[in-house]
Formats: sequence, structure tokens, C-alpha cells
Amino acid sequence: MRRLLGTLLATLLIASASSAETLRMAVTTSFYNSGLSEILLPEIKSDLGFDIQLIVVGTGQALRLGEAGDVDAILVHSRAAEDQFISAGYGTHRREIMYNDFVFIGPSGDPAGIRQASSAADALRAIANATAPFISRGDDSGTHIKEQNLWSQSGATVEGNWYRAAGAGMGTTLNVASGMNAYVFSDRASWLNFGNKGTLELLYAGDPSLFNQYAYIPVNPARWPHVQGDMALTLEGWLASEKAAALINGYTINGEHLFTFNATQP
Amino acid sequence: MVIFPLRMHGVTAHFRKKRLVGPIDITIETEGFTIVMGPNGAGKTTLLRLMHGLQRCSGGGVEWAVPQAKAREKQAYVFQSPIMMRRKVIDSIAYPLRLRGLGVSAARAKAQECAGRFGLENLLDSWAPMLSGGEKQKLSLARALVIKPDILFLDEPCANLDGRSTREIEEILLDAQASGTRIIMSTHDIGQARRLAQDVIFMYDGKIHEQTTADIFFTAPATKEAQAFINGDIVE
Amino acid sequence: MNSMHQGFWDAWELIITFDRDLYEIVFLSLKVTVSAVILASLIALPLGAFLAVFRFKFRRYVIAVLNALMGLPPVVVGLFVYMLLSRAGPLGGFGLLFSPSAMIIAQVIIIVPLIASISHQAIRDLWSEYHDLLISMNATRFQRAKALLWDGKRALLTAILAGFGRAIGEVGAIMIVGGNIEHATRVLTTAIALETGKGNFAFAMGLGLVLITLAILINLLIHIVGKTERASTW
Repeated sequence: MRRLLGTLLATLLIASASSAETLRMAVTTSFYNSGLSEILLPEIKSDLGFDIQLIVVGTGQALRLGEAGDVDAILVHSRAAEDQFISAGYGTHRREIMYNDFVFIGPSGDPAGIRQASSAADALRAIANATAPFISRGDDSGTHIKEQNLWSQSGATVEGNWYRAAGAGMGTTLNVASGMNAYVFSDRASWLNFGNKGTLELLYAGDPSLFNQYAYIPVNPARWPHVQGDMALTLEGWLASEKAAALINGYTINGEHLFTFNATQP
Repeated sequence: MVIFPLRMHGVTAHFRKKRLVGPIDITIETEGFTIVMGPNGAGKTTLLRLMHGLQRCSGGGVEWAVPQAKAREKQAYVFQSPIMMRRKVIDSIAYPLRLRGLGVSAARAKAQECAGRFGLENLLDSWAPMLSGGEKQKLSLARALVIKPDILFLDEPCANLDGRSTREIEEILLDAQASGTRIIMSTHDIGQARRLAQDVIFMYDGKIHEQTTADIFFTAPATKEAQAFINGDIVE
Repeated sequence: MNSMHQGFWDAWELIITFDRDLYEIVFLSLKVTVSAVILASLIALPLGAFLAVFRFKFRRYVIAVLNALMGLPPVVVGLFVYMLLSRAGPLGGFGLLFSPSAMIIAQVIIIVPLIASISHQAIRDLWSEYHDLLISMNATRFQRAKALLWDGKRALLTAILAGFGRAIGEVGAIMIVGGNIEHATRVLTTAIALETGKGNFAFAMGLGLVLITLAILINLLIHIVGKTERASTW
């Protein structure tokens, strides 16, 4: 009996220690929800020979995981936070890989009339004036930070019951908006892949200020010697390669093109 | 090792400031069949529990010839309401043997052999808590006697049993005493006391009121309370 | 409602076609929870017996704390275990984070108080029945605990199954310490959370049915093997 338990314990521990052929990467929910990783990961495995374990969390948590050395690299979309991460010594550098855009989603009835908005700022002002229900990510994610920046640029006052913070990932926030027939600020990919649209529609997009840049940051081996520094750099090279460019640019949901590859060679 | 004599001197027992028994002074020797009698509330159960170490005395001392824990190895106790373990009859009888280090099959073999002497051979695989009252008490006795104790305490074992079970148990007890087990048993059944007692301890109001041989007690009790009790009057 | 049916049908199809991903998730769910229940029982059952039988000075407080720990929010346990196992934390060197082992550890912490509390109560009740008998038979404290655990095994089984139920449905802690990584730490509950977050409600519901069915089957199996609910024994 004792020996059986000992074996069980040993098996558990052995089976769980990280394999040397695996890279752990924290990615944001908006990236994961797009479904692009399902295309990329198998190609990475066959080209580079190692597995990627994706830990899908909000930008804030992704950065914390990088700071703690619990992942080998991160893929996020929040420039200011990324710069801080690197200058604090947790990441070695950032490499821009691709961008997509943010969109405004809302009820098909469009009570604030943002379909005719002339800019993102304009749309936000319209929503505030109409005090139409608006659901925010509220979780310090890249999407949330972008949303807050746009609000302050628009000059509108964000006060009152109409503005609700969900404190959740993109999918959950969309669920709440769908349930409450409210406006919501989302990335295009998550919206296209979302399964519970209800009466929500994509109402406004295209303003250059809605540009959403994704960057890849390897966790600094000088800070955390155990991270898979070489693998992280190899992966970076692959993500910036022509093959990745073709896959990323060619990725569509229902015929709609999502991401634009923009990595430059150093 | 000989555990006798048992000496109790100045023993008292209290429960929440109320005196249950005492002071008690008594010596128990190796031989005999002692019946403890008395009206309800006289302290018979308490006396037995004090002797066996199920209850601590609040004053005085209870001493065997060897330390209490060792002495208990050679004692056994049968409760008025049988305490059944949640297992089969055969495993219940085997349990005290297992406690003493016997292996499962050896203990079961001895238990089986013992069960026959108590009329339990057809009930070996039965679930102990499901037995009838008489069967449970016989099981309690088998369990007590399987370790061949030097002394057996019984607290009104036949109080809730029918005539036939009572007779069966009395026969078993007389056999056991003849084989060398000292027996101390309480009862309020005077007929039973007459049948079984070699000597009598009569308790009244928490004290040992009389202690003498059975012959003398039943023909010429010394106190009026004892006389009233034998007559069947209510003794207050 | 049609999409609800479609979702159930999607889940059913995965089951009958032995879809590899689904079965991988199911086996991982079972592996994590069953391991956690076994480890937790090894800790909690003796603990419950010990508390029922031994008298020591702070016993009442220990029991009160144990009962209170049953109400510990699993997500808090998850956060705590994350901080322990993180590379930046005290046990980071073992590299256990984001693995099934981390999930097992978190679940063990969550269900030990539950199993210990229930078994303690059951054993305490049995002890009050057996008290005079075991003392009269001169059983050592260890022997008493053994007899209580063995004779009380039906009630202990209930405690263990309660722990199993709590663990198999747990999602908050194992999401944090496991990371819900595909093919590595994704189990039924975290998969359900994921699909819900994607808005795939019906499919998530289908997975939920799989989970409930699994739990029922396990319980039935245990009862059959343990031969409970049979007329002649209890």
C-alpha cells in the first residue's frame, strides 16, 4: 500500500515537471479568442520542434507572470505597460509582430447613433451624451487601457450608471454587453469569433486611433536564469518570418481578414 | 501475573458535586460469584465501573495487585445495554484477540470455536447490531470470555431479556465461574440472586450496606433496608 | 432554444465518436480530482479520527477553525498556491506551476477541511457509542482510532464522496494554478469556463452535462463496489 502511494506521488511529480521541449507563453485573451494560435501552434511545432503552452490571461496578469518568471515570453498589446516592463528589466526587448483594430459594438437599434460617427472620439461623446449603457473590460488589459485613453482624448465625462466595468476578459465582457444590450469596446478578432452576439452589431470602426499593435517580449534570462531564453529567441525569429507573415495575413474569420503582419527585420 | 486482590479504600465518586457512591472500603479476592444488589440509584453500576476503571474516583484509591492498565488486560465487562460493534458476529468476538496481537485468521478461528459454546455458531456471519436482545448479550459474553479473563463484571445483563435467554446466560456464567473466572454481577432480580450468588454485596444510598455470604443474607439480613428489599418492598 | 439543442448535440457527438480532445480533458479531470481526493483523504481521515478521540487543550478551537476552513473560497486558495509555486515564490524551484500537480495541490487544500469535518463528526458519534467498550477492552489510542475508522467506513465514504463532488466541480483555483493550458491543464470545468467566455453557451452546457454524468457514474461505481445500500448491512 505504501509503495503504491509512493509510486503515485513520484509519477505525479515527474509527470508535471516542465519538459525541456516546451515554451510557456502568456498571451492575452483578445489574441487567443481570435483563433489565430490554433493555426500557428502546429506550424511552430513542425518547424521548430517544440510545443508552446499558452496561458491565456489579461494583459495585467500576463505582465505579472513575466515579472515572476513563471513564463518564458509574453505576447501583449499595451505599449506603455510593455515599455515599463522592459525598462524595469523583466523583458529584454519588444518585437512588433502584427496589428489588428478595435471596434465599437452596440445594439442594432443604436440609440446613441454612433454608426454615423466621424471618429472614435466622436462615437464616445455620442454614447456619453445619450447615457447609453456601456460595458468596459475594467481589468487593466490592453483593451481596457486603450479604451480609457480614448475616453480621455474624447473629453467626455465618464460618470454615471450607464458606464459599467465588467472586470473580465473579452469574451465575458461581450457576454455581459449582449445580455444588457449595451455598447462595448472590443478587438475585432474576439468579436468575429464570439458565439453569443444576440442583437449586437459592429457599429463603428476604421479610425486610425483604433489601431492595436501586438508585441512579443522574451522574459529576461538575466533576471530569471531558468527561462528558456534560446527557445524564446527562436520563436521570435519564427514569428517575424515570411512564413508567419503569410499565415497571419491569410487568416480570416468568415472571409474577414483580421490581423496585419508588420514585423520588421532588425 | 495475578491481579488480585482488588482493594478499594475510602473510595468516593461524584457527578457534578452530587455524591454517587462512597466512601467504599472493600477487598475482592480470587474466588467466588458475587452479586451486587440494591434499589435503583443505590450505586451498583457506579461501583462496578469504579472497580473496572471505567470511572475515576473523586476520593480514595482503587488498587489491584498490579498497575491498573495491566490489570485491565485480565478483566472483562458486560454492559446492561449491549454495546455492539458495527461488524459481523465472528469479527466482534475476534476483536479482543486482535487487540492482543492475534492475526485475522487465527483470531477468527478462535472466535468460531468460542461461539459454539454460546449458541452463536449459526449467527457468525450476521451483522451484530441486527441481533435480538438475547443474542446480543450472549455475544457480549462470548466477546468477554474469549480472552479468558480472571474477573468478569456484569451490570444487570439480563434486565431486558426473556426467561429463556436469562437461563442460558446464567448457565454460561456458572460454567465460567467453575472454570476459574471471578464474577461480580449486579442485579435487581432477587430470584436470580438466589440462584447464582455465593456472596452478596447489598448497596444502599451509595454505600455498601451489607456484605456477607448468600446464605446468611437471604435468611438473616442484618439491616432493615436489606430485609425490606428481600421482601419486595419499595426501599427509599 | 435551437442553439441549445445544437450545443447538446455537439457535445453528444464528441462523446460517441470518442473525440480525442474531449476524452483527454475527461481523463485529466479524473486524474486530478481522484488524486486530490486520495491524498486529501489520507490526511483528513486520520485528522478527523485524531480530533474525535484525543483530548488536548486547544481541541475546540482547532475544530472550529477546521469547520470555518470549509468556507474558504477556492479562488483564494488558488491565489495562495499560485504565490507559493510561482518562480518568484518560496516553492518556485520545483517548477510545479501550471501543471496538474499544482492543480492537485490546490484541490487537496480545498477539500481536506471538508473531509476532515465530516469524518470528525461521524467518528465522534461512533466514539460516543464505542467509548466504554473500547476502554474496557484496554485498546490503545491508536487501536481505538483504527476501530473507529474501520467501523465507521460508511460515513467516511460519504465524507470522501463529498470531497470528490467539491473537487470535480471546482474551477477557480485550478484555473489560476493550472492556467487552463490546452492539452496540459485543461479539465472539464475550466473548459466550460472557456467556452462560456467565448459565448458558446450551448456547448458549455453540453460539457456541463458530461461533467454531471461523470460525477454520477463515479458515485454509483463507488456505491456498488462498497456494497452500500444492501439490506443486510449498514
